[in-house]
Amino acid sequence: MELPVISNSGPQAEGGGCAASGCGTAPDALAHLPDHIRAKVQDHPCYSEQAHHYFARMHVAVAPACNIQCNYCNRKYDCSNESRPGVVSELLTPDQAIKKVLAVAAEIPQMTVLGIAGPGDPLANPDRTFETFRQLSEKAPDIKLCVSTNGLSLPEHVDEIARHNIDHVTITINCVDPEIGAKIYPWIYWQNKRIRGVEGARILIEQQQKGLEMLTARGILVKVNSVLIPGVNDRHLKEVSKIVKEKGAFLHNVMPLIAEPEHGTYYGLMEHPSPTDAELQELQDTCAGDMAMMRHCRQCRADAVGLLGEDRGDEFTMDKIDVMDVDYEAAMVRRKVVHDQIIEKLEAERGIAKPKPDGIPQGSRPVLMAVAGKNGIVAEHFGHAREFLIYEASPAGARFVGHRKTELYCGGMDACGDGDVVEAGAGESLLDRNIRILAGCEVVLCSKVGYEPWSKLEAAGIAPNGEHAMEPIQDAVMAVYQEIAATGRLLPAADGRKAA
Amino acid sequence: MALQITRSCVNCWACVDVCPNDAIYQDTPHFLVDDAKCTECLGDHADPQCAAICPIEMAIVNELGEFLNPPGSLTGIPIEKLKEFGLWREAA
Repeated sequence: MELPVISNSGPQAEGGGCAASGCGTAPDALAHLPDHIRAKVQDHPCYSEQAHHYFARMHVAVAPACNIQCNYCNRKYDCSNESRPGVVSELLTPDQAIKKVLAVAAEIPQMTVLGIAGPGDPLANPDRTFETFRQLSEKAPDIKLCVSTNGLSLPEHVDEIARHNIDHVTITINCVDPEIGAKIYPWIYWQNKRIRGVEGARILIEQQQKGLEMLTARGILVKVNSVLIPGVNDRHLKEVSKIVKEKGAFLHNVMPLIAEPEHGTYYGLMEHPSPTDAELQELQDTCAGDMAMMRHCRQCRADAVGLLGEDRGDEFTMDKIDVMDVDYEAAMVRRKVVHDQIIEKLEAERGIAKPKPDGIPQGSRPVLMAVAGKNGIVAEHFGHAREFLIYEASPAGARFVGHRKTELYCGGMDACGDGDVVEAGAGESLLDRNIRILAGCEVVLCSKVGYEPWSKLEAAGIAPNGEHAMEPIQDAVMAVYQEIAATGRLLPAADGRKAA
Repeated sequence: MALQITRSCVNCWACVDVCPNDAIYQDTPHFLVDDAKCTECLGDHADPQCAAICPIEMAIVNELGEFLNPPGSLTGIPIEKLKEFGLWREAA
C-alpha cells in the first residue's frame, strides 16, 4: 500500500505545534478534527475559534455553591463591573433561568450554547443544575448544553450528564501533582469533611482524572481549562496538557491568572504576579506540540450573554425578562434560518484554500500584529477597541495567537461594595496603558486611528495601519506582512528590531 | 444547642444543600439557622456540615459566639493583608 507523502520541508511556525494550533491558512484550530467532532463544535463559540466570530453563548448563574476553595477565587462574587469567572450579578432559580434562556434565544438567534458555569461549581449544585438542563432540553431542543466543573463531584454525575445530552464538558485542571495542588487549593469538601492541603489536592486530582476518563469513554467532548499561575504551575502545565490529551480531552485552554488585590482573592491579596502576554503565549505554544490549544477564551462571567468578548447581560435582567413575551416555537424557526446561513458561510470559508502569500522570502522572521477586529474583519476604531486580537504573520500564513484586553478587569471598587479598597493601576493614561499592552507587536490594524494615538504608537515602534478597514483579518494581516517583506526588513540581520 | 449564621454570609447555598436536618433557610439579608432543627450534626456527622463546607470565615458561630471557621482559617490570607486592603471587618 502506498501512503501519501506529506511534505515536512515547508516552513513551520515558530514554537512548533503548527498543525494542532491552526496556523497557516487553516481557518480554525480544529480543522484537523474528525468530521463528527467538528460537526459538534462548529457552532460552539467556546470550542471553535472560527465559530466564536458568529455564534454567541450564554451562562445562567444557577449554581452558587462550591465544594472547593481555589486561591484565585473569592466567594463574594456579586460585582456588576467585573468580567471574570466566578462573578455574577443576579443568581437565578432554574425556572428563572429557563425564562431567561428562552428570551435571549429568541432575541439573539446566533445564541447556540447554554452553559452552566457557576458562580460556584455546577456539580456541587446538582439539583439546580440538572433541573435547568432537564427543562431546557425539553423546551429548547435547538440549544446545545454544556457545563464546566472543578471535577470533584464529576464521576458521580457522569451518567446524568450523558442522560441530559450534554455533549460538552469543561474541567478545570490546574495540576496533576498534589504537592502543586496544595499551593492552589487550600481545601476541599469531601465525604462530609473539609480536607486540607496535599490530601485534599490528591483527592481532587484523582476525581478530575477519573471524571475525564469516564466522559471521554462515553464520547462526551471534554475541554480542559488550566489557570497559568507563574511560579506555581507554569512549568507543570506542559505535563498536564500531555496527560489530558492522552486521556482523550480534545482541547486545552490555558488562561492567565487574574489576581488583582481588589478582587480579594488569596493570590490577589498576596500580590501574586499574573503571567505576561508573552509568557502565556509561550506556554500555549509549548503545549501546542501535544494538544489543540484554545486561544480565544475571554474568561467570561458565570452569567455572560452574547458573543465572546461582549456581554449583553444588562439587556436581560429578570425585571426586563418578566415583561417579555416569548413565542419560542416561532423563534426556533428564525433561529434555524440564521444558524444555517452562518454554517453555510463557515463551510464556504473552510473550503477556500487560501493561496500561500507570494513574494515572502524563505527565512523571513515572523511579525506580531494587533488587530481591532469584530466578526472576523478589521472593523474597529483604535480608541474604541475593548480588546486587540493578536496574529502572528509568517511565511506560512497568519496565525491567531491570542487577545489582549484594553480595559482593566474591574472599573474600580466604588461599585463593588467594598469602597475602601485601594485602586490598582492609577497614574497611567488609558492610551499609554493600551499602547503598553501591545508590547511585542509591530503593527496595529484598525479601521481608524486618531492623531494622538498615531504619534504615540509610532514612538513606541508600533506602526498604526488603517488601510485595511473592513477586510477579513487574515487577509489584511498577510497583506501588511507582504508589504513589510517587500522592504527587506524581515530577513535576518536586516534591521535591529526583534521579533516578539 | 444550635449554630448560627452571621452577617458575613454571602448566600452561596452550600450549607443548605448539605445540612442533614434541613435546618437552614433563605432569609434577607442572609441565610439563617432554625435553632429548633439544628443539632450541630451530632449523631449524623463528625463535623457540623454547614461549617465544613462554608467558604467564608466567621460566617458560622456556636452558642458561645465562637467562630467555627475563624479568620485566616479558610483562605490562608493573613489578617494584616485583609487590613492593608480594607477588607477586614470586625467580628460579627
